[in-house]
Amino acid sequence: MPHKIAQIRLISSHPEVYEPCDDSFALVDALQADCKNLIGHRPNICLEIGSGSGYVIASLALLLGGEAWRPYFLATDINPHALKVTSETLKAHGVHAELINTNIASGLEARLAGLVDVMVVNPPYVPTPEEEVGCEGITSAWAGGENGRTVIDKILPVADKLLSDKGWLYIVTLTANNPSGLCIEMKKKGYESRIVLQRSTEEESLHIIKFWRDPEALLEANEAKMSNKAGNGNAIGSLLSQLSHVFMEK
Amino acid sequence: MRLLTHNMLASNIKGVANGFPLKIEVGQVVEKHVDLNPEFLKNMFAKLDYKVLVEASKTMGYADLPEQAEPSMLESEDFLRKLNHALLELHLEEGALVCPETGRKFPVNKGIPNMLLHEDEV
Repeated sequence: MPHKIAQIRLISSHPEVYEPCDDSFALVDALQADCKNLIGHRPNICLEIGSGSGYVIASLALLLGGEAWRPYFLATDINPHALKVTSETLKAHGVHAELINTNIASGLEARLAGLVDVMVVNPPYVPTPEEEVGCEGITSAWAGGENGRTVIDKILPVADKLLSDKGWLYIVTLTANNPSGLCIEMKKKGYESRIVLQRSTEEESLHIIKFWRDPEALLEANEAKMSNKAGNGNAIGSLLSQLSHVFMEK
Repeated sequence: MRLLTHNMLASNIKGVANGFPLKIEVGQVVEKHVDLNPEFLKNMFAKLDYKVLVEASKTMGYADLPEQAEPSMLESEDFLRKLNHALLELHLEEGALVCPETGRKFPVNKGIPNMLLHEDEV
């Protein structure tokens, strides 16, 4: 039996709020495809950053809500209209999420650190002039600055802080955002990753990446850091030995 | 806004060192039933600032939580029901959250706290 997701006819709307589109559908399809794993994961806290119309968080709540195990759902958005719409969408589907009007997860970072087991993000990823980033209203839903990476690059460190040891992050990216480069950067922070869904539409090529903490990746990252340091140490060491040589000659 | 969320929120104003807990100003409280989920409550109990929860629930008009709690109490259904009520069933629908250091108010309307900062606070 297919698991339930949010229904388009029940999605609320507002002129200043991004409506569910190919990127939203791709993210929800990826979550649905991973649903068995998500249920088996038994998350305590799920967080969406930038809930917009509420299509994704309502779908996640429906996918995980039918089980005896019910996580706590939180969603943020910088646009107050979006939260109103998210709230109406959630209500229309008979599910609940705690909503917070904030920039990324500001206000939650101190106390929610290390507690989020599932995080979903459909960030503003469209390459735009830098000055469009963070504009009010619907622009905040898509304006991503240079290479569409400005907001993504702010979100990833926050995700790293908030995710629990077993935390998973699902994020929508575009080819222009350099998804494989993102995976390499996150590997340095100890994350394994997989592109769980790839979809080309008329306008864009979407990649949904799933990140999770991997003790081995973290070990490798730490070793790489250590060997860098050791490398520097050697350089200084050889410099010193050369210097001592010079002194010896004198 | 539920009190579990209140337990996770802190003042995010630049330069504030102790932004937790936010003081609650009550406009309107609503109660919504939540089925008891003992395993979730047990998992969350370890992450909670319990004292902050007790004070917050008193502010919201619910004074039945014991002042002190320890993990062994999670075996008692009576305690779990009280914890469930305080954490998940009480909602601050209208009111404000007040930064303990600066007194700056973050309004809560229709259950949604507005934590957005002004330019000079970032």
